[in-house]
Amino acid sequence: MYAASDLRKNLRIKIDNEPYILTEFNFVKPGKGQALYRCKLKNMISGAQFERTFRSVDVFEPADLQEKKMQFLYEQDGKYCFMDNENYEQILFTADQVGDARNYLIENMEAEVLLFEDRPLGVSLSNFVDLVVTKADPWARGDSVSGNTKPVTVETGYILQVPPFIEEGEKIRVDTRTGEYLTRVKD
Amino acid sequence: MDGSWLLAKKQSALRLRAKILQELRNFFMARGYLETETPCLIPAPAPEFHIDTMICHGWFLHPSPELCMKRLLAAGYDNIFQICRCFRQNERGSHHLPEFTMLEWYRRDADYRDLMEECEDMILHLAAALGHGGAVSYQGQVIRLQKPWERITVKAAFEKYAALSVEEALRGDCFDEVLTAQVEPNLGKGQPTFLYDYPLDLGSLARAKKEDASVVERFELYMAGMELANAFTELTDADAQRRRFVNEEDKRRRAGKPPYPVPEPFLESLRDLEESAGIALGLDRLVMIFADALHIDDVVAFPPETL
Repeated sequence: MYAASDLRKNLRIKIDNEPYILTEFNFVKPGKGQALYRCKLKNMISGAQFERTFRSVDVFEPADLQEKKMQFLYEQDGKYCFMDNENYEQILFTADQVGDARNYLIENMEAEVLLFEDRPLGVSLSNFVDLVVTKADPWARGDSVSGNTKPVTVETGYILQVPPFIEEGEKIRVDTRTGEYLTRVKD
Repeated sequence: MDGSWLLAKKQSALRLRAKILQELRNFFMARGYLETETPCLIPAPAPEFHIDTMICHGWFLHPSPELCMKRLLAAGYDNIFQICRCFRQNERGSHHLPEFTMLEWYRRDADYRDLMEECEDMILHLAAALGHGGAVSYQGQVIRLQKPWERITVKAAFEKYAALSVEEALRGDCFDEVLTAQVEPNLGKGQPTFLYDYPLDLGSLARAKKEDASVVERFELYMAGMELANAFTELTDADAQRRRFVNEEDKRRRAGKPPYPVPEPFLESLRDLEESAGIALGLDRLVMIFADALHIDDVVAFPPETL
């Protein structure tokens, strides 16, 4: 069981035998008042969303989903094909089911897919992925002020903010949980 | 430089934070306040039902410096302030850190209305020192700082903004839910707001109002919907304070929370405490306002998850 203090964004809990994911999570506490946990929940099957505020005494059942390591093969016409490395079975995911992970998916990447009674629900990647920068404005020398950023495009088409010294062709590490740049990777 | 990227991005906010700390000290010292330091580690915190402390070798990391500062006040230190780290278990969110910085100050011969005026002066001083003039812009909204700021009672604020009255919310055990969801988002917009006169049960160290014993002389300061500070006219009746502590401790134990010893030296010192008022302000949130930061993590170097 989870306590209210375990609640966080992307946690999966079971309500009325259906899996829900916390799409938004906010801790609220008036100065002398009690802790409140304001959540937006999404039904992982129907996609229906609702808001609910919990108290610190509330407890939650984890959603029992199957997690499987699979390999991403290709994307075609908005369908994403993953293969089970043990029995070579292939499953197609919709863009919705892949979610934000599509920003970081490159061919042959290993991913953890989420199934609820054999139905695809979602995809999660390792926390950090390394991606090649395919488009970047050149670094204007002298622009070395800490905290400055510029947008670049990586090989998946995803656009993110990076420090100004990152150049085209370089590999960068991205945090898949936040979508943010972490560091430059030297091969 | 790469590995320090997240820290480097915070540099302007952290420089602003240092400037604010310095200007706060200038403000209080110019007004004759004495800066004090009291222990973080204490044997007995004030029992408050909704504040969970951290236990350390059988003692407690203080959730605020309140008890020791009031002992100083009772001993004749008339105007005192402190800027210190405080610790509260299980408080983590976009406006909460389990270890955060508190600015707390106390004044003798003063009540909560005097502290409202002092808040106005203090934040105007900061705004001027930081080059803001008479207004500060936070997340796209302009907050004018000219005195006097809005003052509204809890009762009136519920009438104005909430679907329930205060009495109905208290009876239905949903005061905190209604306050945070329906009332708070409307406070401190356009100008800062003092929300004042709280129901008696919601101010365990505050004095009951002379003209209306159903409320306590307590206020909270809001800017842009965010609670910045909590203030009381201090309860100076040692016996009444002991009864309220017993009541809170009783509620804590029934909820299965760890027992607290009674802070006897504090209760003893109340016998010498004259009329005074005190206030605790979340310094990190004040920096958020001036740094125009949406998340508390943006104004501290090391949120716990990054350690």
